[in-house]
Amino acid sequence: MRYFPNSENSVKAMLKSVGVKSVEELFSSIPPSNLTKDKVDYGKPLSEPDIIEFFKKLEGENKVKDYKLFLGGGSYFHHIPEVVNYLSMKGEFVTPYTPYQPEVSQGTLQATFEYQTMISNLTGMEFSNASLYDGATAAAEGLLLAWRVTRKNKFLIAKSLHPEYISTIKTYIKNLNIEFDFIDYDEDGRVSKDDFNKKFNEEIGGILIQSPNFFGIIEDYKWIKDKIGESKTLLISVIAETLSLGILKPPSEFGTDVVVGDAQSFGLYPYFGGPTLGFITTSNKKFLWEMPGRIVGETVDAEGKRGFVLTLSTREQHIRRERATSNICSNQAWCVIRAAIFLSVYGKKGLRELAKQNLIKANYAKKRIKEIGIKIRFNGPIFNEFVIETENAEETHRKLLDKKIVAGIPLRWFYPEDEKGILLTFTEVNKKAEIDELVKALEENK
Amino acid sequence: MIKDREPLIFELTEEGKSGFSIPELDVEEKDHIPEELLRKELKGLPEVSEVEIVRHYTALAHYNYSVDEGFYPLGSCTMKYNPKINEKTAGLEGFLLSHPYSPYELVQGNLKLIKTLENILSELTGFPFFTLYPSAGAHGELAGMLMIRKKLELRGNPRKIVLIPDSAHGTNPASSHFAGYDVKEIPSGKEGYLKVETVKEYLNEDIAALMMTNPNTLGVYEREIKEIAETLHKNGSYLYMDGANFNALMGYVKPAELGVDVLHLNLHKTFSTPHGGGGPGAGPVGVAKEFEEVLPIPVIKEMDGKYLPDFNRPNSIGKIRSFYGNFGVLIKALTYLLEMGADGLKKATEFAVLNANYIRENLKSTYELPYKTRTLHEVVFSEDSFKKYGVKTVDIAKRLLDYGIHPPTVYFPLIVHGALMIEPTETESKKTLDIFIETMKKIHKEAETNPELLKEAPHFTPVRRLNEVLAAKKPKLKYKEEEE
Amino acid sequence: MSNLYFTKQHEYVKVEEDTAYCGISNFAQEELGEVIKVILPETGKKINKGDEVCYVESPKESAKVYAPVSGEIIEVNSKLDDEPELINNDPYGDGWIFKIKISSPDEIKELMDEDAYNKFIEG
Repeated sequence: MRYFPNSENSVKAMLKSVGVKSVEELFSSIPPSNLTKDKVDYGKPLSEPDIIEFFKKLEGENKVKDYKLFLGGGSYFHHIPEVVNYLSMKGEFVTPYTPYQPEVSQGTLQATFEYQTMISNLTGMEFSNASLYDGATAAAEGLLLAWRVTRKNKFLIAKSLHPEYISTIKTYIKNLNIEFDFIDYDEDGRVSKDDFNKKFNEEIGGILIQSPNFFGIIEDYKWIKDKIGESKTLLISVIAETLSLGILKPPSEFGTDVVVGDAQSFGLYPYFGGPTLGFITTSNKKFLWEMPGRIVGETVDAEGKRGFVLTLSTREQHIRRERATSNICSNQAWCVIRAAIFLSVYGKKGLRELAKQNLIKANYAKKRIKEIGIKIRFNGPIFNEFVIETENAEETHRKLLDKKIVAGIPLRWFYPEDEKGILLTFTEVNKKAEIDELVKALEENK
Repeated sequence: MIKDREPLIFELTEEGKSGFSIPELDVEEKDHIPEELLRKELKGLPEVSEVEIVRHYTALAHYNYSVDEGFYPLGSCTMKYNPKINEKTAGLEGFLLSHPYSPYELVQGNLKLIKTLENILSELTGFPFFTLYPSAGAHGELAGMLMIRKKLELRGNPRKIVLIPDSAHGTNPASSHFAGYDVKEIPSGKEGYLKVETVKEYLNEDIAALMMTNPNTLGVYEREIKEIAETLHKNGSYLYMDGANFNALMGYVKPAELGVDVLHLNLHKTFSTPHGGGGPGAGPVGVAKEFEEVLPIPVIKEMDGKYLPDFNRPNSIGKIRSFYGNFGVLIKALTYLLEMGADGLKKATEFAVLNANYIRENLKSTYELPYKTRTLHEVVFSEDSFKKYGVKTVDIAKRLLDYGIHPPTVYFPLIVHGALMIEPTETESKKTLDIFIETMKKIHKEAETNPELLKEAPHFTPVRRLNEVLAAKKPKLKYKEEEE
Repeated sequence: MSNLYFTKQHEYVKVEEDTAYCGISNFAQEELGEVIKVILPETGKKINKGDEVCYVESPKESAKVYAPVSGEIIEVNSKLDDEPELINNDPYGDGWIFKIKISSPDEIKELMDEDAYNKFIEG
């Protein structure tokens, strides 16, 4: 067996050294009543060529390659530069352990420090952690951070937050005596000032706003911080499409305290939703000790040379245990390295250009769709996705599927009463011809 | 080699350099959104060429030790070899480019993959149902404890406390806490395993569950686990098993048969998916039949060869994250399971246990073994044999780095002073183990004759021992141009 | 320093009539290493002897500090927020953690005086 590097002779020698005749003897500490009599069997083991055949067959049952895709909603298609794969797939990045022994982990630690720098700068914050699982759990962790800091257990969440983020938050807060209320959105698709004013009061510990929101609308929410005033309430910005940070105002300009979200757009394939890259950043030094998860910090070694270590570790479960800021241990470390490389490749200019192309293509599509008489649901400005309305969204979706086009996501999948809405997404990978084809198909199947 | 430390990518930045390649925009550029929504500048991202990027990250890679390079005897981590065929199957385009909101008929391959993996894990552990969405062991623990709480709520009373042995991993109490429970720590027995008599002492109507790791973090099989399960069930409480150490049980024990109600596994431990420097992992949770109704959504159902996610589950604990978990990690674990087959897994367990006992046998005359009970796939030594030289466990660990060997887990479990927890796994040769044993003996001698050498270790790594006090007192978490 | 009394878990009380300054002993701070964070308790909190009151942290450890005697916390040393190292440099002086109004003076008799404590840590 190719993963067992011992010959029969070595095994014999080890058995002798341990003082047993057979390896079964080493299991004598397991009471016989605990040993299974039900032999494990799930088929013959496969050889490497058979394995490849097996998975190619499974892959073949995914039909995505044959379709034109206009999908987003928290998972985005962006061009991933070849070097991201080439470098991140090095064994020294794929196979090491967590950098608890920093002296032999400076590669992972420095790359993570570089990622922390980049994501902090993009969000306009000072501090970042070294990743969370995904945007949904990051949103939950952001809310829990505000709960710890303010000692308040009431929250306001924009109804236009990603529905899976909302579901996950619900699961996370259910047993902690925390409750929340929704803030409605207006006909521009933006957070309703009226509804906010009705619901905001001094008991609110935090407010979660996503921009661009689930409907693709860019929020302009400086007024929220003004309304919060002196009240001890945290403003938490949520970002599901981090590429938008390449061109849009960062959350820092709205006075946000904590930014959370998913950086999947930075170098990760859609991959059926995972692994992605949850992130959390903040500017307030006082919140540092309340941050969840691992954090990399700069220091010096015994010779005064710069080095990097995991730091502020007592916040974590392996030290504070039930008092820890989160139960998280393993994070998305390898995805962090991909993001660092991706952002290094695109850099200052490239990221802006990439974001600009998303913005322009989506707005082009929006204009053309409007021209053929299909209603654009919201008036607000968009980044790379928006909601259209047809008589029967699911039927339109199905008709276009027959033409080998996946025309976005019918919103009924998330909101059962919404029979008309479809979320369409356009990134830099959608060529003009494709977009025009979609528009033509929509026109024929209004 | 005389070479300067690799700078930060920002220190290689120069305005005007670029590493990207973007096609020209094929759509007319127009002013689409108000100026005031746009950011004025994008500071703090690199501007470097592709050449520098490749050189930079290659240099960083060289600073990393990894499983590809050598062994990691880390207890309870199961740092086994990461098969390369896993990378091939996980890298197939049909998986990479499948969007989570694709119509179900376009991603039948993915849904079938999830179901196939669930079924194999069921066969391996005896639990009829699995959820594969938890993205790490701790996430699995949280999901498991939420399910236990939900079951108790449906019965009328969620109760208040979870019992956890003093040898448990920190994620156990942390996860219980976030599920809304208080934690009560209970002592392991003198021989290193939990006694049912101890459990009975702490049991009352407030106890929701007991969380146990089996074998535990001392490497000792929890021989009274069946009796403990019975006792808990009589009290209306549940038994959660932390399956981090499942590498010691494959083919020998099916935890469901012990009376365990909920179990999590770590795909990045037992099932060979790579650690990636700390993640991504996956922590699937197996549950007894009665827990089916509370599983997180969606549950993938198969009917007439078609796979469909079922969201209509009123008693589910809900969503624990977005989409379908760390799907890419699931592909690798399934690949491993299919290659090994049931017999291969059993052999893996046997060799893991043999390797650990070989180390135990050959180091026990040098290092102090606090628990004499038989151990399975890992062994724990204490600081008692070298403490008298003024040497700490951390010094032994740092000196191992000079010999090109990654240290074992240190200072855990907490019940052993200055613990050194060693788990070689089955993918290490006798030769590697002999070198490790010899080196550990050599270092012990160095502790006796030349303790300063250890206290100042490591001497030969890319950086010397790092100042963790400074990092914590003056947190510097990002690069700032002005300060350099 | 005859008003210093110690617990088996290495906390001390420095008694001044019906109040006492509490902290961790010199032995404890040496064992712990450099303190980088103190999680202070809240003033006004009523504590019983043996309760988990607050936490003193080094880079790798979060040590629990137990109430040496029962009483009400009337003051906390907020200097420790910015200068946690005071616990290392001056554990019995500027490194005090919290001050309590003692509710049961008899409890002090159950503690070790300095000589008894020094013998205890040698053993």
